[in-house]
Amino acid sequence: MSETKSLKESLESKLTGIPLSWSEFRSQQRVTVPASNIAVALKALRDAGMDQLIDITAVDMLEYPGATDRFEVVYLLLNTNSGERLTVKTHVNEPELKLPSACPIWFGADWLEREVYDMFGIVFDGHPNFKRLLLPDAFESFPLRKDYPVKGRGERHNFPIITRAES
Amino acid sequence: MPLELIDSPDLDAGYREGLWTLNFGPQHPATHTTLRLVLQLDGEMVIGAEPDIGFLHSGFEKLAEVLDYNQYVTIVDRMNYISPMANEIAWHHAVEGLLGIELTPRCKYIRTIFAELMRIHDHLLCTGTCVLDLGGATAFMYAFNEREKIYEICERASGQRFHTGYTRVGGLLYDVTDDWIKMVRDFCKTFPPAYRDFAGLVMKNRIFVERTKGVGVLTKEDAIAGGATGPVARASGVERDLRRDEPYLAYNDFDFDVCCAQGGDCYARFQVRMMEMLESLKIIEQALDNLPSGPVFTSGTGKEGIPDKTEVYRSIEGLIHHFENIMPNRQMPSPKESYYGATESPNGELGYYIVSDGDFKAYRARTRPPSLLHFSLFSRMIKGCMLSDVAAVLGSINIIAAELDR
Repeated sequence: MSETKSLKESLESKLTGIPLSWSEFRSQQRVTVPASNIAVALKALRDAGMDQLIDITAVDMLEYPGATDRFEVVYLLLNTNSGERLTVKTHVNEPELKLPSACPIWFGADWLEREVYDMFGIVFDGHPNFKRLLLPDAFESFPLRKDYPVKGRGERHNFPIITRAES
Repeated sequence: MPLELIDSPDLDAGYREGLWTLNFGPQHPATHTTLRLVLQLDGEMVIGAEPDIGFLHSGFEKLAEVLDYNQYVTIVDRMNYISPMANEIAWHHAVEGLLGIELTPRCKYIRTIFAELMRIHDHLLCTGTCVLDLGGATAFMYAFNEREKIYEICERASGQRFHTGYTRVGGLLYDVTDDWIKMVRDFCKTFPPAYRDFAGLVMKNRIFVERTKGVGVLTKEDAIAGGATGPVARASGVERDLRRDEPYLAYNDFDFDVCCAQGGDCYARFQVRMMEMLESLKIIEQALDNLPSGPVFTSGTGKEGIPDKTEVYRSIEGLIHHFENIMPNRQMPSPKESYYGATESPNGELGYYIVSDGDFKAYRARTRPPSLLHFSLFSRMIKGCMLSDVAAVLGSINIIAAELDR
């Protein structure tokens, strides 16, 4: 518990005057940081001992009851020495779907950010090799958005087939 | 007349420096499944590697948004299909954390036994194929002989060898029988001699040791910053095991060691996996000795768990109970929250980040796949190694493409 307090203090000392909202669910600590301060916040948390980035993911809040922001980007952090965890959340809205890359802080963010872009279309500025990860480069939609149908938009059926004669 | 080999001025600079590019995969025996590498080589030395993944992407996370918490279990065991039940246990661990369900002691013990059997199952395949890729076919057969027994244990408990779909929210599909307990006990007896045969063929084999020692080194700093977990991190000296550090299921009750190594190379990863199999066996034996009796389903508010089939077919109350739990509009409500539940899967930290909007299905369920993070470290590990080491490094980090691409 004291560890969380020191994390809280170190984060708030770096971001004075910025509204941070802390919450807890089943003893998991979460903090919501405004998108404009996310790079400073992540750097401060890394310096406070959160040395491993477990995951980056996003949630499309389009159909979520009571949600006001479109996308929630989630960073799961871990302190490998103390075992303490923290979930950092931030929100981005169209048309400014942009966040600074976490690659300079943890290089493991590389593929995680590319996957978030691949599935949700959120761009990470300053990423060393920014492109789609799982889907083909020519794919136009972002399939994990809520306005993308589960059945797809016919990409699978209209996939270009290269015949032996053409190749 | 001297032959000018490089006569085109627009050939790329790399070629003029004597570098060449090699395409590895998507179909190659050493990739085991479908993944592709574009290697930059200087003679036989690997200068750079660019992994290209996504060949097996099947939209599992999209499906999680339309299937309920019990239905999605059939999808998760297709992720890391080398240890299917480990995925199911991880998925329902996260779901039960979100819903706040406490399992019965018997269910916890059975899940722990299966989780450890899956660890042996996964490590046998990883170590076996790692040796096979380096030319040792005999040890691979020894490993697969033991895996077959674990398949039979799965089949006896769930009716399926491979995609078991065995766990349910708050319990298990069926309770295990005495027959099953005997099968696991037999396995505990026959495994150590088979393990000795296997280890004897490999651990001090000069060819194997020379092919793996000092190859594909991952430093401790890189392992932490790169998000490595599980055996890959422990082989680099990161002392972390969720079974000990964040005990879940029944791991608090057992005595076992966390296996670590310092080298960070392929041999260290191999050693960690070999040692972990023996620790897993220790846990299974302790769990079997103390297996509690009682129900496998929790019976808290009555909405979690599925009633016994004899009750469903022979009493109206049982039928109503079943109906109330299965019909989509009458299922258990979940809190409008987000929750991250992680387990120590054979491959590393396997977690699910679930966001719920109140229904009995996830609004969003993110899988945290250990393979993805480990494969992103591959280009760091392979730099400066030989072309023939690619198979050794790939084998030692155990990439499962179905989990990698989901």
